[in-house]
Amino acid sequence: MNQSTIAAIATAVGVGGIGIVRLSGPEAFTIGDAVFKSYRGGSVSQQPGYSARYGQVIDRVTGSSIDEAIALVMRAPASYTRENTLELQCHGGPVALAAVLEQVLEAGAVLAEPGEFTQRAFLNGRLDLAQAEAVSDIISASTRANLALAQRQLRGRLSRQIEALRQRLLSLESRLAVGIDFPDDQVPELEPHELEELLEAIAKEIRGLIAQGKKGRIWREGLATVIVGKPNVGKSSLLNRLVGHKRALVTDIPGTTRDVIEEIVNLSGLPLRLLDTAGIRKTSDVVERLGVDAAKEQLQTAELVLLVLDATQPWEDEDAFIYSFCQGKKVLFLLNKIDVGRVLTRADLKRLYPGEQIIPLSVEEGQGLDQLEEAILQFALGPGQQIEHVSVSNRRHLDALQGAEDAVADAATAVKTGFGYDIISIEARRARLELGKITGETVDEEMVERIFQDFCVGK
Amino acid sequence: MWANKMGVAGLTIRPSYLNYDVIVVGAGHAGCEAALAAARMGCRTLLATLSLEHIALMPCNPSIGGPAKGHLVREIDALGGEMALNTDKSYVQIRVLNISKGPAVQALRAVCDKDLYRRCLWQTLGTTDNLVVRETAVTEILAGTEGVTGIRTRSGSVYYAPAVVLTTGVYLDSEIYIGELKYKGGPQGQPAAEELTRSLLKLGLETGRFRTTSPPRISGRSVDYSQMKEQQGSDQPLAFSVWNRPQQRTQLSCWLTATTEKTHQIIRASLARAPFTSAVLAEAGPRYCPSIEGKVKHFPDRTSHQVFLEPEGWCTDEVYLTGLFTGLPEDVQVKMLHSIPGLEEAELLRPGYGIEYDYLPATQLTPALESKQVAGLFCAGQVNGSSGYEEAAAQGIMAGINAARYVKGLGPVVLNRGQAYIGVLIDDLVTKGPGEPYRMLTSRAEHRLLLRSDNADLRLAPQGYEIGLLSPERYGRFKRKRKQIEAETERLRQERLNPTTQVNAILERLGSAPLAHPSTAAALLRRPELNYKDISLMAPGPEQISAAAADTVEAELKYASYIEKEKRLVVQMVELEEKGLPRQLNYSQIKALSREAREKLDAVRPQTLGQASRIPGVSPADVAVLMVYMRGGGKG
Repeated sequence: MNQSTIAAIATAVGVGGIGIVRLSGPEAFTIGDAVFKSYRGGSVSQQPGYSARYGQVIDRVTGSSIDEAIALVMRAPASYTRENTLELQCHGGPVALAAVLEQVLEAGAVLAEPGEFTQRAFLNGRLDLAQAEAVSDIISASTRANLALAQRQLRGRLSRQIEALRQRLLSLESRLAVGIDFPDDQVPELEPHELEELLEAIAKEIRGLIAQGKKGRIWREGLATVIVGKPNVGKSSLLNRLVGHKRALVTDIPGTTRDVIEEIVNLSGLPLRLLDTAGIRKTSDVVERLGVDAAKEQLQTAELVLLVLDATQPWEDEDAFIYSFCQGKKVLFLLNKIDVGRVLTRADLKRLYPGEQIIPLSVEEGQGLDQLEEAILQFALGPGQQIEHVSVSNRRHLDALQGAEDAVADAATAVKTGFGYDIISIEARRARLELGKITGETVDEEMVERIFQDFCVGK
Repeated sequence: MWANKMGVAGLTIRPSYLNYDVIVVGAGHAGCEAALAAARMGCRTLLATLSLEHIALMPCNPSIGGPAKGHLVREIDALGGEMALNTDKSYVQIRVLNISKGPAVQALRAVCDKDLYRRCLWQTLGTTDNLVVRETAVTEILAGTEGVTGIRTRSGSVYYAPAVVLTTGVYLDSEIYIGELKYKGGPQGQPAAEELTRSLLKLGLETGRFRTTSPPRISGRSVDYSQMKEQQGSDQPLAFSVWNRPQQRTQLSCWLTATTEKTHQIIRASLARAPFTSAVLAEAGPRYCPSIEGKVKHFPDRTSHQVFLEPEGWCTDEVYLTGLFTGLPEDVQVKMLHSIPGLEEAELLRPGYGIEYDYLPATQLTPALESKQVAGLFCAGQVNGSSGYEEAAAQGIMAGINAARYVKGLGPVVLNRGQAYIGVLIDDLVTKGPGEPYRMLTSRAEHRLLLRSDNADLRLAPQGYEIGLLSPERYGRFKRKRKQIEAETERLRQERLNPTTQVNAILERLGSAPLAHPSTAAALLRRPELNYKDISLMAPGPEQISAAAADTVEAELKYASYIEKEKRLVVQMVELEEKGLPRQLNYSQIKALSREAREKLDAVRPQTLGQASRIPGVSPADVAVLMVYMRGGGKG
């Protein structure tokens, strides 16, 4: 149904060794003929479905080779988009990849909008809405744990949880509705305190899903982390240790206002986003360099703070000063250099800050790093959480859950203020419809079904 | 198609009594409203009925109104219809329901004198200009390539009109069941309309079959009321119609009793003799007035079901037994009655019965209630698969309005779901097609905070006047009321109340917390425990406004924030409603739609994206596909 042939770089910039330019649409193969030359001879158009040819992408004007590539042909409807699809898998890095895309566009393809491949798959009947969203998450999943999360969502785990919640709202609503629509039928009415309890139970569950969802987002988008500490306590070594040994992806992520350089570290599948570590590397005194306000701002965006302390020095005002900026954040006290000295001990810190988590380690000796990793993962997962329990990671789903929570809260307020069934049922319905946005159920007929299923009423 | 056809039937040379602008077939609650609307809008109208004595018959319950249903009646009233006015002429009891549940769901319910109701309406029909009522059995709807041309009757007479409104109720090929007894016929000994279904099938319409049951009627003299709970009418002055002055009248009481374990035993022992097996009943019978045998079967844990005794009039001792709908044999009905406290000696006047009848699934209609198949043929009431007098009348007035506008070459009038329960009702019927007789419920209306009983005239009177149905005199009265409401609302928003000893004394007396800081009267009204009257004690206005106006002022101020929220939702809905879908769209070619959605869309052919979104089986994903598809210029 789409007449144009779209093309785009299908791999995240800077990720992995192979870059793929994907084309989809009726002209995919003829465009392929124009830009790709197989070493074995023969054209892309004649290539059978699901076959690969090794060759090169050539500049159509100069005839020179741009990059070596593998041409993978998928014929409609046996492709993701159900259209003719050509993938050019290139090896030459980002610059060559961009040049390949340029050639393809000059040969008649149109640059794909973000998500357009998935949209075409959806429009051609390949996927339903929830699947399409989960697939787009799979595409952007940068680590393995992430992928598992997206796959679980695809299988409908979330849908079942939401559905159960929706049914509870429905049951509450039908209790209200039966009282309204059949006032003479003497169905026992819900007392305000019963209503409040029911609403609170539902709200609690929604909050649980939201909390889980926020964790899910961390797994998808990365955990924003800042390393702070006095000069010469070992921040840079810690960073190098984390990046050096765990290095999976290192990339510039542009687009933030201050062009903050981030390092992304793969921690057992958890993307750990180390914020502004470039700055930390340059000067050891983060407070001095950024000034108080800048430091505050920096810390605000972080979800986790690694406060590095020196075991060879006593607790000083400067430590307290830095710590004072970390209020409201999860802070891990990293007591570094325990192999060298014991001036500042775990016991000292426990006495000063009984609530905080302290990890003694030696970055130089590689001591305590496993415990650090474990602590970070535990934080990302939530207390007692296994990766399997994390289920909501989609922004739209989180928004809908938030909307549902608001509506349930409004309903509870209406009960407390003494408003009638009409307002309460309207808010409960709003909550149910918000949840329905996730599972795609918005048909109102089910309310009526429910009334007659649960209550024996009639005029 | 909707071109001027006024007087067209008369252009052919034939006697004028054969020529009409609009013919209405059936004089039940839908037919009467349709005929009155068309005639009042200036169309020469013929109303055909099987029996003049049974015009506006209430073959089932004697009551009019209730939640959602009462809203419909008020809306008909605001548009210039008859039902509320006629109810005020004939009620024996009137009450306000749901007082404690909030203004959105408060509704009036009246029990009418059935005979008086019928005679009053007949009188109105008989004194309406342009309207002819005729007793005749219509056997055929005549239509040519251009659409409807007229009707043929059993006697062979042919009457001509460019628009016909079909309001045949449950009379199409109806059959009565009482236990093992089964015969062709309509309610209350009326004949069935036997040949009409065949004519409709010939025109390409599809029919379905529905079933429902009615309770036995008993003699009031044989009832021992001392064992029952009395339910009296309101002691406040009330009027169903906004055009009538609220009155306090002598009223009759209703009475409450309940079935016993013994009743249930009698029913269980006789289930095999019930005419409709419960499986079939579940398929095509209504769930909201289930037969007592159905209730006993499906809710085995309940040891008792409520029975509500309603008097059928001033001059009859006939009593209607709400809650005892049944198709069981007569002998079982009598035993059943005698097992109920207070009914031990009850004399049966008429047995309850089951009825099975043809209906025309309303998905064959446009939102103007016009047949998609036959131009100029409009359908309203139970023939569309609805149930209830109020639902019928609501469709009737809209079908009458649209038939008249069709004849005059004016565009159709369609109320949307944010405007009226009537809009919800008709949209549900033509979009979803009922799986059971459709009853209006407040829970079917998304925007019920806006669709209140108190503001029906604010919502619809201007439209009623514009259409030419509401008289200029009533419209003038409406405008004065609206002005009063607006002025008073604004005054309360502006008026500041200071925490004086006088104000706080009043608050204390009303059980409300004293004021600590100055407040506007409107803000104080938002306290749930205070009403308009309380506020006007502390902040009296320059003139006293009517109780009806006060209701609206109170609701609008008390619920201001919720109402604003609802209004925004309606705007969103209307946006979707304004996105038209071409009538000829080839849904089978849009592969991204689910198979079910393709079939449903193809069958219903929705007029707008909004309507499409409400078709069962069409998911939000399907709507997204349609949206994308239409944005792409509808190219396949």
